[in-house]
Amino acid sequence: MVIKRSIPEMIFDSCNVLFLIFCSFLFLYPMWYVLVSSFSDVHAIAAGEVSFWPKGFNADAYKLVFEDQRIWTAYGNTFIYVIAGTFINLVLTTLGAYPLSRKNLEGRSLIMAFIVFTMFFSGGLIPAYLNVRELGLYDTRWALLLPGAVSAFNLIVMRTFFQSIPDSLIESAKIDGAHDFRILLRIVLPLSMPVLAVMTLFYAVGHWNSWFPAMIYLQDRNLFPLQLILREILIQSSAQNMLAGVTQDEVFRISESIKFATIIIATVPILLIYPFLQKYFVKGVMIGALKE
Amino acid sequence: MAVPLNAAKTQSRKLQAKRSSVSLKRMMSNRYLYLMLLPTVLYFLIFEYKPMYGAIIAFKDFNPFSGVAGSPWVGFKNFEKFFESYYFFRLLKNTFLMSFYSLLFIFPASLAFALLLNELRLKKLKSFLQTVSYLPHFISLIVICGMIIDFTKPGGIINSLLLGIGIISEPIQFLILPEWFRTIYVGSGMWQSLGWNSIIYLAALSGINPSLYEAAVVDGAGRWKQLTHITLPGILPTVLILLILNVGTLLNVGWDKIILLYNPGTYVTADVISTFVYRRGVMEADYSFSAAVGLFNSVINFTLLVLANRISRKTTENSLW
Repeated sequence: MVIKRSIPEMIFDSCNVLFLIFCSFLFLYPMWYVLVSSFSDVHAIAAGEVSFWPKGFNADAYKLVFEDQRIWTAYGNTFIYVIAGTFINLVLTTLGAYPLSRKNLEGRSLIMAFIVFTMFFSGGLIPAYLNVRELGLYDTRWALLLPGAVSAFNLIVMRTFFQSIPDSLIESAKIDGAHDFRILLRIVLPLSMPVLAVMTLFYAVGHWNSWFPAMIYLQDRNLFPLQLILREILIQSSAQNMLAGVTQDEVFRISESIKFATIIIATVPILLIYPFLQKYFVKGVMIGALKE
Repeated sequence: MAVPLNAAKTQSRKLQAKRSSVSLKRMMSNRYLYLMLLPTVLYFLIFEYKPMYGAIIAFKDFNPFSGVAGSPWVGFKNFEKFFESYYFFRLLKNTFLMSFYSLLFIFPASLAFALLLNELRLKKLKSFLQTVSYLPHFISLIVICGMIIDFTKPGGIINSLLLGIGIISEPIQFLILPEWFRTIYVGSGMWQSLGWNSIIYLAALSGINPSLYEAAVVDGAGRWKQLTHITLPGILPTVLILLILNVGTLLNVGWDKIILLYNPGTYVTADVISTFVYRRGVMEADYSFSAAVGLFNSVINFTLLVLANRISRKTTENSLW
């Protein structure tokens, strides 16, 4: 159906396009600036000459960051937390969501209420913190893996998805003699790849970006995830530690470009995979929205 | 007369027994499902409900060696100490203002952004814009705060820009001045979450029946009329649900960004209930007092949520439960 647009409509449409293009500039520019600065000459950054293109190409900052042992240890730790953490998340969320999606499960609405309540009320930070200490998880990797192992919201999303699988499929498998674990593994999960992908992404990105539990539960620097090291470099400005035998003025300048380089190193992995995964993320939010 | 009555009673009792044995039988046939549920239920018991029980240390003088149960009761002493303290109104005001401003600016902006995107006829540009607008959501908070610190410092791009166009005559130390803290908090929050928040509206928008628009066009409705008569009513339920959720978390401002950005100089405007709990509890080990402050926060939040939900259900028939 082709509709002729009136003059005011055409004006609105063009203003809209211009405004939205301006918005996308606002979303992108800060990241572009960081990228450009990380490759620029340290003096040019300090003088505020860098705005859109790198000034005087320089990759020394990257060299310094990659030579820093702290970064490598932290990178390794983050991989452990992302992989182990996401695995635990997925197993527990699935094991919770599947039985609760079966309509003939006695007491399921009670158990559901028990889970949903935690979305709206919690004991607070201090009791949670003392709980981790009492359980003996303090200063161990488990402190970053077990608390928060299930998100009630994700469990609801997954349950909603499982409910859309036809009952007859599960019933017929039951008649064929398959028990519930087998049905879950062989029938339900293969049909649930989209929601599993979404959950994996949500949980994995959550672990990659997480820092607060590490900050309050970890003391041993060898267990620190990347974000905590980033915090030292970016927020507490201890990039100077990477430099020995340079003058004070030089230290200040190089530490600036080190900040930019570390931002890039810590963010690029997520941003690289992001365009491929975007549609799954969006799908996840939409499945979540449908529940309400 | 008494005999049939008794008979009816025994019959109903029999029926009941039969029913409960049926349900028991059903439970037995689902025993593997219960077994499956066990780890997840245990997780919620240990990591969600046990801390709820642990929150009673707010009414005790908690001593780590005697544990939660063994510590002596002190009634509302910790709460009184908080209500009477110099910090009470400051924390309440900061917490409320910070999340109220976020709600006031980010909530309508996300809706407006979704509506503008929805009006966009160029499909390629639309998907590009969506991709770009979600990006900030995936950058870690540490990196975002690192960028905020760098951009707002005296030689940073924000100061350079403002100096360049002549709005200010000398650089502003944004993060050192308390009066700028909320602006930075809300502004950066907008950048981070605008695109992501709009996804849910876009989903709701795509669910509106296109034939409604066609009919409206035939009736001679312009774009504005279509917006007010079809689009907005169509997404109203979604908007209200999100509003209830937001009101319910009005005292649950995101402490993580504040912890990364504030300093003793900006506590006046930046310190909120949760950052206070973190400092007094985790850093100074003043457990009972900060647990009381945290519990106060949780209870107020929960009450707000219930109230918002009830009001919405009464007035618009939209509710969370």
